[in-house]
Amino acid sequence: MGDLLGGSGTVLDDWLEAQRQAGVARPDLIDEAQRREQSSQVLTLLGKVLAEGSPVFPDDPAWDELRMHLDRLSESRAVDGFSPTETARLMLTLKDVLFKRLRDAVPNVTADAWSDIDEVTGLLDTLALYSSEVLQRSREAIIERQQQDMLELSTPVVQLWNGIVGLPLIGTLDSRRARLVMETLLDSIAETRASVAIIDISGVPAVDALTAQYLTRTAAAVRLMGAECIVSGIRPQIARTIVDTGVSLDGLPTRATLAGALALAFERTGRTVEPNG
Amino acid sequence: MAQVPILRIGDCLVVTVNADLDDGSALTLRDDLACRVASISARGVLIDVSALDVVDSFTARMLGDVARTVSIMDAETVISGLAPAVAMTLVEMGVTIPHTRTALDAQGGLRLLGIVMESARERGA
Repeated sequence: MGDLLGGSGTVLDDWLEAQRQAGVARPDLIDEAQRREQSSQVLTLLGKVLAEGSPVFPDDPAWDELRMHLDRLSESRAVDGFSPTETARLMLTLKDVLFKRLRDAVPNVTADAWSDIDEVTGLLDTLALYSSEVLQRSREAIIERQQQDMLELSTPVVQLWNGIVGLPLIGTLDSRRARLVMETLLDSIAETRASVAIIDISGVPAVDALTAQYLTRTAAAVRLMGAECIVSGIRPQIARTIVDTGVSLDGLPTRATLAGALALAFERTGRTVEPNG
Repeated sequence: MAQVPILRIGDCLVVTVNADLDDGSALTLRDDLACRVASISARGVLIDVSALDVVDSFTARMLGDVARTVSIMDAETVISGLAPAVAMTLVEMGVTIPHTRTALDAQGGLRLLGIVMESARERGA
């Protein structure tokens, strides 16, 4: 096989052309020079491995360098938005190129036999790619569903009192979750006619500028609906990071504990709590 | 162009904004409200927007304009019934409506304006 790679310059050009014809060049995702560089690196490293005989992939350390190159290449393609099939086709197109060269090198195989070989390998490659693509897709669907479940589980709105709702937040607030929190909270205010909403952030590991912005926006929306927002569960570390980072929670009443927030909510709704007897 | 009716309750005015409020009737509403506030020396204006399921930046600005106009004439504006989706849109557009208080529904809005509507049942309780 090492002989087939000989005269590496033309193999590279043939391969690049084969990638283009198979529709996996994707000039919209990766530029020509980078694709050429990646492909030529594969050929060089492959040539090096083959020069040492034919070690077993991937256990033999002779493959290490090429394997690492393929790792990097595949990872970057995942980030750039290539599909699994497109990524696998990249290597399979090299097979077509080498088969063509093999055909010229081995004259005593008939053209009919070659076209049978081409047909069979092509079909099997396509089937294998198809099943791996489907596997990947269903895996992604499972992950997405779990993510959705987690999002929904993570925003329970509880009714603390008539007209007072609470939302205990656990975990980091990202933009997707912040939106869901806002939606759930506003819907529950509309539904329960609550006039005070308490957001408890005891379970939020850190409050950065972005989190603070989400909180103030939620509070602004709550106010637009005619209710009031209180933030509770400001742990000492959180209070310190808020001051250190100069984050502003302007106009947002804050309390250290949920109990404090509830007391404030009672006060705002004109209630008093007295010990019995 | 549909004219928005302005109702009088005591010394306050009540307006219900419909979903099909166009730019022209919004401007007419603003001018009509100013005249009515002046003619009865109204103390407050309640604008109920619970029929709005979307709000564009023009309507939001118009609400702010009405509130400013009313507040210059020494009356108070209460906006009631903003839907969750509308509240979110306003916050995301960065629109604030100054000079106003908000209420969950028209009844809460009237209470904010000092008009207490007691039902017979509540009085009995």
